[in-house]
Order: sequence, then C-alpha cells, then structure tokens
Amino acid sequence: MGTLFSAPDDHFQDLSEKTGFSPEQIQILHKRFKQLSNEEDLLRRDDFNNIPDLACNPIRTQIIEAFFDKRNFRQNAVGSVEEISFEQFVVVMSHFRPVPLHNMTEEQRERMRREKLRFLFNMHDTDNDGTITLEEYKHVVEELLSRSGAIGKETAKGIADAAMLEVASITVGRMNPEDFYEGITFDHFLKILKDIEIETKMHIRFQNNACALC
Amino acid sequence: MLFVTPLLLVAAVGVAAADLYGTEASVRPEPAVSAVPPATLAASPAASPYPPEEYAEAGIALARSADAHDPVATTDSGDASHHGGGYKIVQWEWSYVQTPYIIAIWILVASVAKILFHFSQRVTTVVPESCLLILLGLVLGGVVLIASKKQLYQLDPGLFFLFLLPTIVGDAGYFMPSRLFFDNLGTILVYAVVGTLWNAFCTGFSLYGMKLVGIIDEKVEGGMMEFLLFGALISAVDPVAVLAVFEEVHVNETLFIIVFGESLLNDAVTVVLYKVFISFVEVGPGNVQTADYFKGVASFLIVNVGGTLVGLIFAVLLAFVTRFTKRVRIIEPLFIFLLVYLAYLTAELFSLSAILSMTFCGIGCNKYVEANISQKSRTTVKYTMKTLASIAETIIFIFLGISAVDKSKWAWDTGLVSCTLIFIFVFRALGVIGQTWVLNWFRLVPLDKIDQVVMSYGGLRGAVAFALVVLLDGHKVKAKDYFVATTIVVIFFTVMFQGLTIKPLVKWLKVPRSTNSKPTINEEIHERAFDHILAAVEDIAGLNGYHHWRDKWEQFDKNYLSKLLMRKSVYHKGELWDVYQKINIRDAISVIDQGGNVLSSARLSLPSMASRTSFSEVTNVTNYLRENGSGVCLDLQVIDTVSGGKVEEETETHHLLTGNLYKPRRRYQAHYSRHFMTVGDKERQDREVFQRNMRSRLESFKSTRHKAKGRHKKERSQKKRKGSDAKEQDVNGKPRRNVSWQDTDPAPAPIDSPEERSEEEADKDEDVGITFVARKHETLKEPPKERPKSDMLEVYQSLAVIPPSPTCAEKHLPWKGGGGTLPVCVSMETTKIIPIDLQQAWNQSISSLESLASPPVQAEPQHPRVRALSRPEAARGGNSGNGGGSDSGGNGPAQGPRFHFPNEEDENGQSLQQQESQPLMSSMKPPAPPQVSSTQGMGRRPPTFNRNPCVYLRSLVSASPPGSEPRSRGPTQL
Repeated sequence: MGTLFSAPDDHFQDLSEKTGFSPEQIQILHKRFKQLSNEEDLLRRDDFNNIPDLACNPIRTQIIEAFFDKRNFRQNAVGSVEEISFEQFVVVMSHFRPVPLHNMTEEQRERMRREKLRFLFNMHDTDNDGTITLEEYKHVVEELLSRSGAIGKETAKGIADAAMLEVASITVGRMNPEDFYEGITFDHFLKILKDIEIETKMHIRFQNNACALC
Repeated sequence: MLFVTPLLLVAAVGVAAADLYGTEASVRPEPAVSAVPPATLAASPAASPYPPEEYAEAGIALARSADAHDPVATTDSGDASHHGGGYKIVQWEWSYVQTPYIIAIWILVASVAKILFHFSQRVTTVVPESCLLILLGLVLGGVVLIASKKQLYQLDPGLFFLFLLPTIVGDAGYFMPSRLFFDNLGTILVYAVVGTLWNAFCTGFSLYGMKLVGIIDEKVEGGMMEFLLFGALISAVDPVAVLAVFEEVHVNETLFIIVFGESLLNDAVTVVLYKVFISFVEVGPGNVQTADYFKGVASFLIVNVGGTLVGLIFAVLLAFVTRFTKRVRIIEPLFIFLLVYLAYLTAELFSLSAILSMTFCGIGCNKYVEANISQKSRTTVKYTMKTLASIAETIIFIFLGISAVDKSKWAWDTGLVSCTLIFIFVFRALGVIGQTWVLNWFRLVPLDKIDQVVMSYGGLRGAVAFALVVLLDGHKVKAKDYFVATTIVVIFFTVMFQGLTIKPLVKWLKVPRSTNSKPTINEEIHERAFDHILAAVEDIAGLNGYHHWRDKWEQFDKNYLSKLLMRKSVYHKGELWDVYQKINIRDAISVIDQGGNVLSSARLSLPSMASRTSFSEVTNVTNYLRENGSGVCLDLQVIDTVSGGKVEEETETHHLLTGNLYKPRRRYQAHYSRHFMTVGDKERQDREVFQRNMRSRLESFKSTRHKAKGRHKKERSQKKRKGSDAKEQDVNGKPRRNVSWQDTDPAPAPIDSPEERSEEEADKDEDVGITFVARKHETLKEPPKERPKSDMLEVYQSLAVIPPSPTCAEKHLPWKGGGGTLPVCVSMETTKIIPIDLQQAWNQSISSLESLASPPVQAEPQHPRVRALSRPEAARGGNSGNGGGSDSGGNGPAQGPRFHFPNEEDENGQSLQQQESQPLMSSMKPPAPPQVSSTQGMGRRPPTFNRNPCVYLRSLVSASPPGSEPRSRGPTQL
C-alpha cells in the first residue's frame, strides 16, 4: 500500500505536521478519499451524498456542508466551496482527531475546546453572521427530529423556541418583555455548552494500521 | 443515636423472645406440622448444609411461608382437641402468625433504624449507612445471643439469593443509566471478567503459597483448590456494598458506572469459578482431568451468554406485554416486577448468571417499558423498587452484623485473615492499574490515576461473598469455619473501614464529583447532534467505529424494535421530545415556584414565537407537570402521552373533571375499586344524582341571574359567551374582541341557556357533566347563602362558577375547594402562581368585592379560599394569554363583576317570569356572539359542547394546575 502512495509521501508528511494525524492515518484517509471521489483529486457534495451509511443520518446535510465550509479549513476564509481537495478533507477531519489530554495545559485545553466548539458553531451558523439565529437553530432541531416523522415540525419549533429561551435566560439573565434576543453568539455558545466536556467527546478513533479498510 | 438504641434493643429482644416462644409453641403441634417442614426445608434452596436446628428464623420462615395454609389447619385441629371444644374468646395464635410477624418486625426494625440514623445529619454524612447498619446488626445479634443463648438469625443464603439480592439487582438494572453503561461496557467487561479472574487466582494462589510457607496455620486444612475456591468467592466486588457506599460518595458518573458495572457483571465470573472449584474440591484435585478445565471455560461462556440472553428475552417479553396494558394500568407495575424477577429466577433455574440476567432485563426493557406505561405506573415502579431495594439492603447489612456475632461458626486464624486482607487489597490495586494501563490505549477518555485509586479502594466485598461462603459444605471444605470468619472480617473491613474512609479520600484526591445538574435543553440538543455528527464523520472517514455501530443500532431500534415494543402513540416521539418535556416541566415548576414572575423569560420576544404558551398542546404546563410527577401538580390519571389530538384533550378534560368535580360527593359514597384507581363506573350514578339536582339548581341560578340589573346582566351573559374574555371586558364594557385569547377560544358562545343545556345534558354524557357539575354546586350552596362563614365561602365559590363561560378556570376550582385537604394546597400553590403583575388586579378584584358585597364581613374571612379560586384565573392571564401583560390589566376589573353575584342574589326575590325567560338568554346575548351561537345553535351543539371542555381544560391546565393536582394526587402520593 505504501508503494501506491509513495509519490505524495512528502505531502503526507506536511499534512501530518499540519493536522496532527500520523502519516499512516493520512494514508488511510487518502485511500478513503480516493474511494469517495472515484479516484479523482477533488470531492464534491454528491460524493458525500452517495455514502450509503450516511443516508439515514438526520443531520447529513449540515455535516456535509461543514466539509465544504471555508471556515473549517483553518485559513480564515469565509464562504463555501464546491469541491475540496484531499488536504482540505484532512483538515476538516482533523477537528475530530482525539487529542492527548494528559499533558496539556489548561490553556491548550481551552484552545482545543474553543476550536472544536467553533466547528460546531459554524455548522449551525449557516449564514456566517456570527450568530445562530432562531431560524438556524430551528433548522438544526428540525433535522435532528427529521427521522421522527409527523411531529417533527411542530415539536422542532417548540423545542427550538424553548432552547432559545433557555440560552437567553442563561446568557443574558433576566430580560424585559420588550427585549429581543436575536441569536446565539459564539460566546453564548461557549457558555451554554460549558458543562459538556467537548474536548473529550468530540472525537473519533482514526485507524492507525493500514489494513483498517481491508 | 445512643438513646435510641435501647429502643431497638427492646424490639430485638421482643422479637427474640417471641421467636423463642414461637419455637416452643410450634413444638407442640409439631407432630401434625412436622410432616411439612422437613420436606420444605429440603426443597427450599436454603436447605444448605445446615442442620435444621441451626436454621434460624429465616429458614423456617421460608419453609413456613411456603405452606402457610397447612399450619393453619393443623393448629386449629390441635387446639380444638386440646381444649375439648371449649370456646376461648381470645386465643394466642402465635404459631399461626409467627413467620410473617417476625418478618414484619424485622423489616420494621430495619426501617426504624434507617429513620433513626437520619435523625442525625452529621453522623450519616460521615459514616455510611451500611456501616451503621452492620453495627446495629452486631448489637442486635449480641442481644439475641444473650437472650436466647443461641444465634437464631443469620443471613440465610437462600433468603439472600432468592429475595434480597434480586430486589437490589432489579432496582440497579432497571434504573441503570443505559447510555453510560453501554458507552463504558468494554471497560466494565474487562474489569469484571479479567479483573475478577485475576483477583481470584492471585488471591487463591498467594494464600496457598502462604499456607505452604506456614504463615497460615496448619489447622486451616485445605489444598490448592480450597484456597482457589476461597479466592474466587472473596474476590468478587459486591454490588450491594458498592451501591451502598458509592451512592453516598457521589463520584463522577463514569467512575461510578465502571465500579458498579463491574460489581454487577463480575457475578457471572464469581458464580462460575465458585461452581467449578466446588466441583473440583468435591472430586478431589487429583481426579480433575484436563477436560474439566475446558468444561469450566465452556460453562463460563454459557453462564454469561445464557444469563444475558435470558435477561434480554425477558426484557423483550416485558416490553411487549406492556404494550397492551393500556386498559389495565393498575397491573402494569406488577408485570414489571414479575417479569424482571422471573428473569432472575429463570436464570437461576438453569444455573445461569441470575444477576446478569436481571441486570440486562432491566437495562433492556427500561426504555420501552417506561415509554409504554403510564406515569402513575412509572412512579409506582420507581418507588416500589427503591423501597424494596432499600429494605433489602438494610436487612442484608443488619443480618451481616448479626451473623458475625455467632461464635459457633467462627474459627479464627490471624494468618489467614491478615493475608487475605492484604492480598485482596494489593491484587485489586495491581489489577486495576494493569487493566487501566491497557484500557487507556483504547479509551477515548482515559482513566487517570485518581480514578484508579478510587477504583482500587472501592473494591468492597459484601453479602454475596458471605452467602457463598456460608453455602460451602463443611464436610467437604474442612476449612469452612476459617473461611467464614475471614470473609466476615474482610467484609467488615472493606465496608466499614474503606466505606468510612472513601469519602474523605475522594474529597482529598479531588475526584471530580458528579454534577447533579440535569441537562439543559441546549446541551441535550448538542449531545444528540454530536452523536450524529460523530457517526457521520466516521462514515465519511470510512471507519466502522463505536459511533458507527451505535448509530446503526439506533436505526435498527427505531425501525424495528421500537415499532414492535412501543405503543404507537409513543413510538413517534423523538428522543429529544423527552428532554424537551422534562425541561418544560422544570420550567413550569420553576415558574410556579418563583411566583410566576419568571415568565419574563417566556414573554421574551423571539421572532417567530408569539409566546411560550402558543404551542399549547405541546407545552402546556400541566402536561409537563404531569409528566414529571412533581409534587406540585398533577392529575396523574390522565393519559400519560401528551397528544395534541382533540379527542385526547377531551378525555383529558373528562378525566380531570371527573377526578375533581365529584369530589365532595365522593367523600360520602366512598369509592373503591381494586382495578381502577380512577373514577370508573361511578360516573353514571353521579350523573343521575346530578341530574336530579339539576332542575332545582337551575331555578336558583336563573333567579339570581335575572335579578341582575341591566349592565350586570349584560356583562354576565357576555361572560358566559366567552369564558376568559370576560376578564378583558372591563366593567365599562370594553371591546371584548381585541383580546388575543379570544382567537384561541374555539367556541365563544356554545352553551348559553341553562335550559338547553339541561336538555342536552340529559342525553349527553361526560362533557355535559362538566357544566352541570358547576351548577349543582351552585344550587347546593345557594340555599345556605345567608349562613355565615363557611357557607358564605361556598357561595362565593359557586358564584364564581355561575358564568358558564367555558374557559373560566374558577369553575373547576370550587369543587376542588370542597375537598377536604384541598383548600390548603390550593391556596398555597396559587399564591405562588399568581404573577406579580397580576397581584394588583387581584387586589382590585378583592377590593371591588368588598365594596360591592353587602355582607363584606364574610368576604374577608373567606379570603384565602376565595383567593384560591380566583387566583388561578388571574394566573392564567399571565400564563396563557399571549400578551401576558396585556390582559393582566383587564383581569382585575373583570373579576369585580363576578363577585357581584352574591349581592345580586341576595337582593333579588326570585321572579318566576324571569326564570321562564331564562331559556331566552340566548337572545340577550351580545350581538357578536349570538350569531355564532345561532348558527351553531341546535345543530352543532354537541360538537361545540365537546369543544368547550378543551378550552376549559386549557385554562385549567395552564392556570390551575396546582389546584387540580393535589386532589387527584392525594391517594397516590407517598
């Protein structure tokens, strides 16, 4: 297998340093990338949509969107692209890399946490205006519930409303009836999820050995 | 503590003495009875190596209870012959009641002990309850020993394994946080299987080594197999002890679930090892063939897998059965207890791992069963399980203490005891460290050093080990007495010493504690989102990791299992739904708690939401409260599924009303049904009585009605039309249409003239009942109008009821007010409920009442009650009115007129003509509503009628939950 990718090995090395994946992991990801893209260099949305396992995932579109979101490429760019290269693919994936928490300072940990939360936040903040508005939030909830059939819409609305109120009451405190809470900012987002140990939760185990996909 | 113990001692002595007497007494009729006990003793699983006389109360108790009938017959006949037919007025029937009596006394002692322990907050925070119980057991055991010279009571293995342990395991399994459990299943399994094997073999071999070296005395006879056997039984961490201690320590949930899960699952290993070694000991080490070792391994697999399978089968069965219990809610809990217990027994029957079976049955069925059964059943199951488990635990610990006192079974060997203590501790620690090191390669969240310390230290041994060691056959295992003594010491040491010190240790090590906060809805949403995101990323990365499989499982569950095992009505609810509801309940409660003022958050304007209450079906307060079973409010009898359907709402209304309205009468004709806790067939009767009263009521109603002068009349009729709108209509006749409530009010003028209603009512059913009830009261109460105090009070209530407006919350309240204990609750809760901004309105209404009412004197004393009635209404304005504040202003004045009624009634002599004209009330309606009513008129009446209750309900639901709950909850409350 190594021979197959011998050419881009240097490239992998760079990527490995950039993303923290081991070269082996990158190789595996590369193989997967090729598999998804039908041996092409770029991935399109359709390629994602064709993943059979993804078909039942209620928030499929949001996740796929996240892969094409420039904000997740760690390049301070905004907007979305039509196709992503392998590098971008790996960079997005690296958000889900498990991080060794043992020897991490509080500061690093906090940074990691912000990073991961930022990813989530961007996912929900579809129009990139820095806030998750009620509409956007409702959309999320709706998709989450989309597998539940009929009650989806109505309930989603109710839940999103309730959740939004909760955010408002947590972050802003008491509000006057006239006050208007327009959306969740990233700071608020951090605040409401402060009890979730995202740094320990938001990761998956990437295979190390090459025959993972055998 | 100190001054209480004598009390307990007395109780214990009493029991002992009674038991002594009992044994003597039972000797006399023995010839007759004796045929039975030996047989049952042999049959009972408890019939261990014990000679029967050593058998304490428990054994005999078991045997006795099995054939409770036979002794009855025999003693009766014996007595008869004894006294030659002479009739004794009072007889001493101790032998008859002995067994249940002693059991009851023991449970009583155990429970009282618990109460006493918790008198002193300081003691229980420092000393775990299990320690106190063991100490108490020691004392009681000593007393019994002194009193009877012989240890009568002992923790009997049969009793323990068949009754005490299942209750605890059942509780643990059923309420196991399954997500947490399965997330950590791998770790738990490693600890449970590898860890236990490691502990067992290491301890066994080391002890044998010590024996060879000579540190353990020669008297302790035993070869390697005996020591391995002992190692097996002593190495298992005990679920009872772990639960008892860790529940008080509150370590973080991951740590807890690992330790606790291990203690549950290692049962299988222990049982297999124990059995294998016993058989090896029995055949003799020399005769063990290689094949036997393989058989041991095979049996290990079979016991585990078999136990789990049995549990899962029963789980499916149970879930499936509860799907169909809709009409027999009352036995729902029974099904759960029975099937879960049967899972245990069945596993035991095939000598599979019963604990595993029960645990997995509980875990497996929980989700579906909880969704299927009613809220009441849920509460019942929860409380019953907790009660049983708690009692069982208490008894286990007390009996452990008592058993320890019995010197006759002890044989002390310092070497053995100290070596065992050291080894189990050392090997536990080593095992934990080694396994954690390996596991941390795989765990996403590694276990750090502190966790490992707590885990090693939390390896408590308990009653399982004791029961197992007592079960040993003294003839085959020569060192049994030594083992018993050592086990007891080990248990005491781990439970007492480690149990006592683990709390300070946890504090000192700063082990992350469990945060007891419930998830906020946002957290929940994001957690759910995580699951999906992670699964998706795994899919995209082409990995088949944990999330991938969990996602697959959830899909499978959703598509097949849930469909099969859940009621249709609940099946469609998403997972988020539950959280959402819970959170809403919490909100609702906090709203109530904080005096309704918190509504500020609800009144917050969000772009798309008119108000929180706009999604009334989903969010309405009672539903949540009901769901939650909180103490505040709950008409529990209602359908447990919150459904938006009109039909359900109606039934709900109906339930609500039958539950509440007929209360006063119900007091007289006590209602009892074994099968339904709710009003069942009684309704018919009620309706009859009700109808009989109706006419008279109507009369009085009309008379009062028509005496009212022009403006009032108008107002009243208007009020009738639109229940809550009445509020908004100011005394000055403000426009009624402008209020938001009106829009939501489906049937503005359906029920107008009482006459029509009465006719309808005759052939109508439930819904009619509602309206009539209101009237009934009115009439009932009106005659005593002039009477002072309490009567007046009721008059006021009835007056409030008069306007037939469907949405008036007060209507329902009067009846509630009639209930015995109710008023208190109502007043208490309602005071809380009323939003501050409505206070003013309330005060206004009160003042207007005072000024208007001719006998204002009475108004004051009744104040609390009246308030109880009217407040909810005001509160409703805040809760359900869209504008919240907007209609709150209108509330106060509107209430004024309502309180006028008494005066009007007082003033007017009844004029028949007006009564006659009553049917024409419809004509007197204000212009706007009449059209509606006329079109709906006769043809559509039934539907409108049906619809009204919904409105009622809504208002009730949003406004008066506290009022409605206490009443209906009363019986079920614990």
